[in-house]
Amino acid sequence: MDQQAMNLPPAPVAGTRPLSVSTGSPRGPRRSRAAVLGESVLEWVIRLCGISAIFFVFGIFFFVLREGVGFLFGGLNLGEFFFSTEWYPTSLSHVRYGVLALIVGTFSVTGLAMLIAVPFGLGAAIFVSEFCNDRLREGLKIVIELLAAIPSVVWGFIGISVMNPLIQEVFHVPVGLNVLNGALLLALMSVPIMVSIGEDALKAVPDSFREASLAMGATRWQTVRRVLLPAAKNGLLAAILLGVGRAVGETMAVLMATGHAVNIPKSPFDPVRTLTATIAAELGEASVGSPHYQVLFIIGILLFTITFAVNLVADLVVKGTAKG
Amino acid sequence: MATTFGETPFIRKKRRDEAIVRVVLGLMALAMVVPLLLIVGYLVERAWPLLSLDFIFTNPTHGMREGGVWSALLETLYLVTVSLLIAAPVGVLAAVYLNEYAKKGWLTRIINLAVVNLAGVPSIVHALFGLGAFVLFAGMGRSILAASLTLAIMTLPVIIASTKEALASVPLSFREACWNVGATRWQTIRGIVLPNSISGILTGVILQVSRTAGETAPIMFTGAVFFKRIEEGNPFAYSLSDQCMALSMHLFTITTQVTDAPKALPYATAVVLLGSVLLVNACAILVRLRLRARKKW
Repeated sequence: MDQQAMNLPPAPVAGTRPLSVSTGSPRGPRRSRAAVLGESVLEWVIRLCGISAIFFVFGIFFFVLREGVGFLFGGLNLGEFFFSTEWYPTSLSHVRYGVLALIVGTFSVTGLAMLIAVPFGLGAAIFVSEFCNDRLREGLKIVIELLAAIPSVVWGFIGISVMNPLIQEVFHVPVGLNVLNGALLLALMSVPIMVSIGEDALKAVPDSFREASLAMGATRWQTVRRVLLPAAKNGLLAAILLGVGRAVGETMAVLMATGHAVNIPKSPFDPVRTLTATIAAELGEASVGSPHYQVLFIIGILLFTITFAVNLVADLVVKGTAKG
Repeated sequence: MATTFGETPFIRKKRRDEAIVRVVLGLMALAMVVPLLLIVGYLVERAWPLLSLDFIFTNPTHGMREGGVWSALLETLYLVTVSLLIAAPVGVLAAVYLNEYAKKGWLTRIINLAVVNLAGVPSIVHALFGLGAFVLFAGMGRSILAASLTLAIMTLPVIIASTKEALASVPLSFREACWNVGATRWQTIRGIVLPNSISGILTGVILQVSRTAGETAPIMFTGAVFFKRIEEGNPFAYSLSDQCMALSMHLFTITTQVTDAPKALPYATAVVLLGSVLLVNACAILVRLRLRARKKW
C-alpha cells in the first residue's frame, strides 16, 4: 500500500512503449475515429469475456438438464430414484434406477477421505503459515503444487497398482479396491487445496493479532489455538468445503480404485461405486436418448447441484469473514 | 533464556507443548512430501525396463500390448494446443475485465461466484456438458474440436484466477501515472498493465496446459477413443474433426481394459504422463521464481 502513498512518479518500466497521446488540445487527444471505434469494440469484447463465466455455468446446467429433462418429468419415479438402492439400468425385465447406493458410496468415500485429509490439511496449513522459515515454506509450497498437479487418472493407476496390494497385505483382506483405497487417494488429492486455501486464511489474519498475543508471553501454539484459529475460522471452513467439493466431484481415481460394486458399504473394506464413476462407466454404453442415458444426465444434474451448493456455501462463509 | 523468571511448571509445560506441536505439525506437512516422493520413485522404478526415447516415439502396437505412446502423446498435444488457443484469450480478457473494468457490485460478485463454481463443477459433469452442447447440439460429433472446447471451458478458471492475481499486483500508481498523461483505459492496460504482469499471466497459461494434459473424464465422451491408428512419424495426422487418443485416456485403457500387457507398460505410460505434467508445472514454478527475483516494486 505504501506505493500508493508515494508522490514520486513511478520509475520507467521496461517493455513499455511510449503512448501516442497528443498533448496539443486540452479537449482530449486527437485520435482517428477508427482507433476510438476499435477501442470501444475491444472494450465490449472484454466485457463479454468478463461475463462469459456466468454463461458457461448456466450453459452447463442447461445442456446437461436438456439431455435428461424428458425422462426427469416423464417416467422417472423420483421416490425410487432417491430412496432405492436398486440400480439395474440395463436389465430387461427388472429395470430400476435407484441411486441411493451411489449417493451413499460417494459420501462414504468422501467422508472417510475428509476424516484423513482435514486434520492433515489444516495441520500442514498451520505449519506452513506459522511454524516454518521462508525457505522451508517455499519448498513445501512447491511440493504441494506438484501434488495438486498429479492427474486424477494417475491417482487411479496408483490406487490399482500401489494401494491395492498394499491394503491387501496390511489389512489381510482379499481385495484392496474399496472405500479405504478411494478415500486415501481422495485425501491425498484434496489436501493440497486445503493447505493452500487454509494458509491464505491464516495469512489474512493481521500481524498485529500475532504480535499482541506473543507480547503477552503466549507461545506460538497458544497464539495459533486461541487467536489465529478463531480469527481465521471462516477461511478454514471454506478450505474444508472446497476440499469436500473436490472429493465429491472426483471421477477417474474413484472409478478405478473403489471396486465398482453398487453396494451400501458396511466397512471401509467393502467395494462401492460413486455417482461420478457410474456416469463415466456407463455413458459409453447407453444409447443416446434412452432412459438409461437420460438418467445418467439426471445424476449429472444432481452432482452439479451438490457441488454448486458446496461452493456457494464456501463463498458465503468467506464473504462472512470479509464483513466481520 | 527464561531463567530470569524461573522455570515454573507452567512455563515448562508451555514450552513442552510448543515443542510437541511443532513436531506433530511438521510431521503432518512431511506426510504430504513423502507420498509424492515414494509414488514417483516407485512408478519410475517399475517403469525403468521400458523407459527410453523409443518408448515415447513409437506407436502402440499389438492391441496396445507393445510399442510406445507416440500417437497418444501427439494427440494430447493437439488437445492442449487447441484448448489453449480458446481458453487463453477468453480467460485473460475475462481477468482484465474483472480487475480493470468491473466495479464492486452484484454483477462482479456473481461473475466471481461463477468462476469459482466453474472450477468446482465435477469433471464428469463437464463431460456431460461437452457431449450435450458440442457433440450433439452443435453437431461437431466426437472430435478434437469438441473435446478441446470442453477442456477449455473446464480450465478457464485456472487462467482467470492467476491472471487476475498478476494484474492486481501491478501498483495502482502505475495506472494513475498513465491516466494522468491522457492515456485511455485500454491504452493503459496495453502499455502498462499487461507488460508488467506478463510473467504471472504466463504462469496461469502454463498451469492450464498441465491441467488440460492430465484430464481424462471430460474427453472420454467428447472426442477420445481407445485406439486410433496413425502413420508413424507424421506429426500432422489429425484434423479438428477427427477423433483422437490421449495419453491420459491411454493410461486408463491399458490399466483397466488390457489385462495381458507386460507389467512395465502401464507404469511406463504413467511415468510419461506424470513426467510431462510435472515438467510443465516445474516451468510454471521457474517462471514465477524468476518473476519474483526481477520484480522492481
